[in-house]
Amino acid sequence: MIYMDHAATTPVRKEVVAAMAPFWTDIFGNPGSLHSKGLEAHEALDSARDRVAAVIGANAMEIIFTGGGTESCNLAIKGFARANKTKGRHIVTQLTEHHAVLDSCIALEKEGFDITYLPVDRHGLVSPERLKAAIRSDTILVTIMYANNEIGTVQPIAELSRIAHERGVAFHTDACQAGGQLDVNVQRLGVDMMTLNGSKIYGPKGVGMLYLKRGIKLEPVIHGGGQEGGLRSGTENVPGIIGFAKALELAQAERDVESKRLTGLRDRLIEGIIERVPKSFLNGHPTQRLSNNVNVSILDIEGEAMILHLNDAGICASTGSACTSRSLEPSHVIRAIGLPYEAAHGSLRFTLGKENTQADVDRILEVLPPIVTKLRELSPVRLSMESVLAARRK
Amino acid sequence: METHPDVKVKVDATKREQWFYTDVVRDHFFNPRNFLKKGEPDFKADGMGMVGSPACGDTMKMWIKVNGDRIVECRWSTFGCASAIASTSMLSVMITESGGMKIDDALKVKPQDIVNRLLDLPVRKFHCSVLGDKALRAAVNDHFRRTGQNGRMVTEGARVIDKVLSITDKDIEEAVLEGAVTLADVQKKTKVGTGDPACIPEVEQLIRFYREKYFGRDS
Repeated sequence: MIYMDHAATTPVRKEVVAAMAPFWTDIFGNPGSLHSKGLEAHEALDSARDRVAAVIGANAMEIIFTGGGTESCNLAIKGFARANKTKGRHIVTQLTEHHAVLDSCIALEKEGFDITYLPVDRHGLVSPERLKAAIRSDTILVTIMYANNEIGTVQPIAELSRIAHERGVAFHTDACQAGGQLDVNVQRLGVDMMTLNGSKIYGPKGVGMLYLKRGIKLEPVIHGGGQEGGLRSGTENVPGIIGFAKALELAQAERDVESKRLTGLRDRLIEGIIERVPKSFLNGHPTQRLSNNVNVSILDIEGEAMILHLNDAGICASTGSACTSRSLEPSHVIRAIGLPYEAAHGSLRFTLGKENTQADVDRILEVLPPIVTKLRELSPVRLSMESVLAARRK
Repeated sequence: METHPDVKVKVDATKREQWFYTDVVRDHFFNPRNFLKKGEPDFKADGMGMVGSPACGDTMKMWIKVNGDRIVECRWSTFGCASAIASTSMLSVMITESGGMKIDDALKVKPQDIVNRLLDLPVRKFHCSVLGDKALRAAVNDHFRRTGQNGRMVTEGARVIDKVLSITDKDIEEAVLEGAVTLADVQKKTKVGTGDPACIPEVEQLIRFYREKYFGRDS
């Protein structure tokens, strides 16, 4: 089987499993307990916090461990908005954010906040000028993702956070897809808050973190025993946090070499598909994109049907087609880059990972074209590539 | 690999909220029957129907040959997901098997009948089976038109239910097919009755009607 859906989730790597192992049965204490079992767990937790802080260029006090990327985004956005509403009630985000961000913003609209959703260009990039123009006197927060989970487009976070800071506005970035591939140093990015999680970086699921710059105020979203500085109550997930710290350390240490390798495979796959499949094109930015992300639209056929055929050939991929979503709506990301619905239904995403090889890429290039031919034979639709591409945003 | 007790080898077919395609669906998806092949544009149809649009994610064309008021041959082509492809393929088999169905009988084939023959579809894929049904009606109407039997044509006009928002019975049918079960579900999709609360009893009746029509009495 060829697994190429690493943007959905990654397997946990062996070193991480090994690092977590003692914390299930041996070092099992509650870090809040005063006895020796509690203290040893507390020490492990402190050490994990130190190491995570060192990797992202922060202070240990600035790390809040959470139950994953979605929770971190909720805490950052809702927590910041509720704690700072006396300063203003306007937040700026953009259209291709993950639902963890978009739906947090929608929830805040119901609490009386005003949200601006910035458009993106045809490659999925936010324009710094538009951000500048969107910031108002009552703007308190800008939240823009580092790299997009569907089309892989990487936003110029350092530039965007500088614009926010020039106007005295705080900046959060959802960096879940970036943790394994991009520089996540918070000093260089200039962010006030940053979300990371374990399940995209060969770490455990259900654990994440929020970097919270000293001095930034949040309201907790989860109330209880006051753990994590009162910002995330609930007994700390010690094995998960240990695993997350290990995964982040390894991912960042190997980042340069692995990104280079993945970029080679990525471009081979993109070029191969465009060359072998007529009426196909790349979604997202051609160069400012995650090193593991391939997202193509293949016209006249539907994504779920392609996924099923690929699965039958032993290949795991994903699609932005409506037919695989609960809402029966096609991907909001593909629509945000201006593609018409019919092209969104035919989008196909391969996200490469550590265990993928050139042989895997070549296997996909061998298997995909006949699948497309077969489904096109069944399809009555004959879209014009020119009109679809012309519909994209500038 | 070791089998974990929490991982079922086969997903329980009764849990239709999950992704599950029966072997019959898979068979008709991977080996579709009766689709119009490339070298077959000379298939001399007695009626052709087309429904949907690629923007909605589904488009379907259906061609029928009629002999002595029986549908003896059928061809189709579909832009859509596995459920849409398998449903159309199955419908084409149902109306042409054992010498072909009489037109009047073919018109009585309900989406639920197709789903039954497929041994089930995930609930939110039910609307896929409706498309084939509609394409067949369109093809039959075309045949009636061509043969001067205009009196037999089946028309499905939409009737306005919510006068404020101009929501029709078709909109409610669509919402039910997309999985709406309660009035609240339908309102979430259509906002029906928010400006014209007087229509709500009729909406509730229509929901029951369409639930029964497409999902059977037990649903």
